[in-house]
Amino acid sequence: MKLSESFSLAIRTIVSRKMRTFLTMLGIIIGVMAVIVIVGLGNGMQNYIRESFADLGTNTLTAMVMGRGSSRSVSVDQMYEIASDHADKFDALSPTVSLSDTVRIGDKTPDETTVTGVSEDYFGMKDYEISSGRGIWYSDVMGRGKVCVIGEYLANTYFDGSPIGQTLRIGANRFTIVGVMAAETDDVDEGGTDDCIFLPYSTAARISYTGTITSFTYTLKDENEAETGKTIIENALYLIFEDSNAYTVISNSEILDTMNSMVNMIIYVLAGIAAISLVVGGIGIMNIMLVSVTERTQEIGIRKALGAKERYIMQQFVMEAATTSALGGALGIAGGYLVSAVATKVITAVLDTAITVAPTMGAVALAFGVSAGIGIAFGYLPAKKAAQLNPIDALHYD
Amino acid sequence: MEQALIEFQNVCKTYVMGDATVRAADQISFQIGRGEFVAIVGKSGSGKSTCMNIIGCLDIPTSGNYLLNGHNVGQMNKNELAAIRNKMLGFVFQQYNLLPKLSLLENVEIPLMYAGVAREERKQRAKTALEQVGLGDKLRNRPNQLSGGQQQRVSIARALVGRPAVILADEPTGALDSRTSREVLQMLKDVHAAGNTVVLITHDNSIAMQAQRIIRLEDGCVVYDGDAHEPEAVVQPRAAGTGGNP
Ligand SMILES: Nc1ncnc2c1ncn2[C@@H]1O[C@H](COP(=O)(O)OP(=O)(O)OP(=O)(O)O)[C@@H](O)[C@H]1O
Ligand SMILES: [Mg+2]
Repeated sequence: MKLSESFSLAIRTIVSRKMRTFLTMLGIIIGVMAVIVIVGLGNGMQNYIRESFADLGTNTLTAMVMGRGSSRSVSVDQMYEIASDHADKFDALSPTVSLSDTVRIGDKTPDETTVTGVSEDYFGMKDYEISSGRGIWYSDVMGRGKVCVIGEYLANTYFDGSPIGQTLRIGANRFTIVGVMAAETDDVDEGGTDDCIFLPYSTAARISYTGTITSFTYTLKDENEAETGKTIIENALYLIFEDSNAYTVISNSEILDTMNSMVNMIIYVLAGIAAISLVVGGIGIMNIMLVSVTERTQEIGIRKALGAKERYIMQQFVMEAATTSALGGALGIAGGYLVSAVATKVITAVLDTAITVAPTMGAVALAFGVSAGIGIAFGYLPAKKAAQLNPIDALHYD
Repeated sequence: MEQALIEFQNVCKTYVMGDATVRAADQISFQIGRGEFVAIVGKSGSGKSTCMNIIGCLDIPTSGNYLLNGHNVGQMNKNELAAIRNKMLGFVFQQYNLLPKLSLLENVEIPLMYAGVAREERKQRAKTALEQVGLGDKLRNRPNQLSGGQQQRVSIARALVGRPAVILADEPTGALDSRTSREVLQMLKDVHAAGNTVVLITHDNSIAMQAQRIIRLEDGCVVYDGDAHEPEAVVQPRAAGTGGNP
């Protein structure tokens, strides 16, 4: 007997008892749905994290120099030397100085604006574009020029889009706006990436409270060499300080990896719990198949009397169980996509972050395969029982 | 001499029930040739169903040999028995034993499906078989939409469709009134007339007499084997018993 015959027999049986089949499938449906949504959520979270880090740059290393006591510190030149000594690894470098001084534009004080001192290379390193005017120049850094580049938010909100040549105040100092950074984000908001001011790091260091530069951002030629780059900087700094507590080098890709593996672990645990429901669903199928074998003892007897070999009976019942659970799997997949879409909407509305619950094809294929497999595994025992019924006993059963 | 179609050689079947052993078939020997119409009769518990199960390859003898078309059934495994049932035997049961969820056509197709006949040919042959028993207009009906007599005709169609060597009918009229019983019997006679070997199992002498030959069983033994129209065939020959004394 061909498999296609068993399949159409199975479909007929399933169709003739829709309610029972549906209830039997429920465990599988819920299990598959849960696995898909959870894996999709994990996938969405990883995408979200990756995108967030893409903004920071996964090819970026940040060296924070705390120094040892007040005795020794590192000069900007020494830090540049590290990069130029390993020009095959490092692409560019910018000291960064964050200022917390009050910004004043006319009589207004935007209080969420980030103010950062950077080098002439910084915009290139970050892939920031200048939409009008110019960026920070080397001559600005050398001359400690009181010039700045502002973000789109400030340009639109305080200067009606034409800020070039106008001035703003940071703390006690007045700066001339020489350029506008093109919007980085879709929604240009207060406190966002586009609510920013960049000035030469030398100027920033002078007006900062400590007067020293403690943070340096390096970009790598190859983002896969974050580990190597990190070691190079650490070794160089160790030669200067002879104390590994005097500095830290942070690799964004390392943080990304750590966060990804954390998310992965949580997802695996949750998906594992959801998978238990698949097993429970499988047991449900086995249970109903055993009932079905008992109910259909006479049918089995008749089929055997008419010449059905054991393996045909076996095939019929395994096929029925597999079809039931595969159908459950398919419904679970559909449900999983539905719930994922709803969850995406809910997360966007409630959390105000754009985490897209995106079911992966791998998870979908796996869930379907596992559910069909469960049908075969848990259908095997009832099918075996059916196949081994004695035809005489089965014929006289009522 | 031509090879007999069905040959019992000292067939015994014993059932062990706790301490007691029941000899349901006790040294039964007979031969049935091709094209015969034989009735196996006997009282309740005489061993008719036991014989029928063995003839039908649903069961194998405890001892002795059963040769079907020269093949020793006792030495076959379950798969071979299933294949033999499928190709050599057509069953007609007392309770019709049709599958209620399938149409008449699909019911009649079953033996062909297990024989591996392709779908189209299967449908065609099942249709022809149903037409033969006068149900060509009810192919799509379910068994429960039919009268008992009609259902029994479907089961005759199902028995015939695989062109088996033997039609085996176990109390085929047991659940029918006398008029439909006659119809069904007539149909079996027609089947026989068309050249088939028919073995009819019944406890009812008047039905057994429709056959050509009667094999009478008593307590698991053959007490009469011969022409259905001899007076001894129906009169229970206790005194002249050829066996069967307790
Ligand atoms: N599976 C079994 N286990 C134990 N004993 C059995 C079994 N089947 C039949 N018997 C016994 O074997 C004997 C013959 O039974 P069998 O069913 O062949 O009789 P029968 O002629 O068909 O009777 P009936 O007309 O009532 O159907 C009986 O004594 C019966 O109790
Ligand atoms: Mg009986």
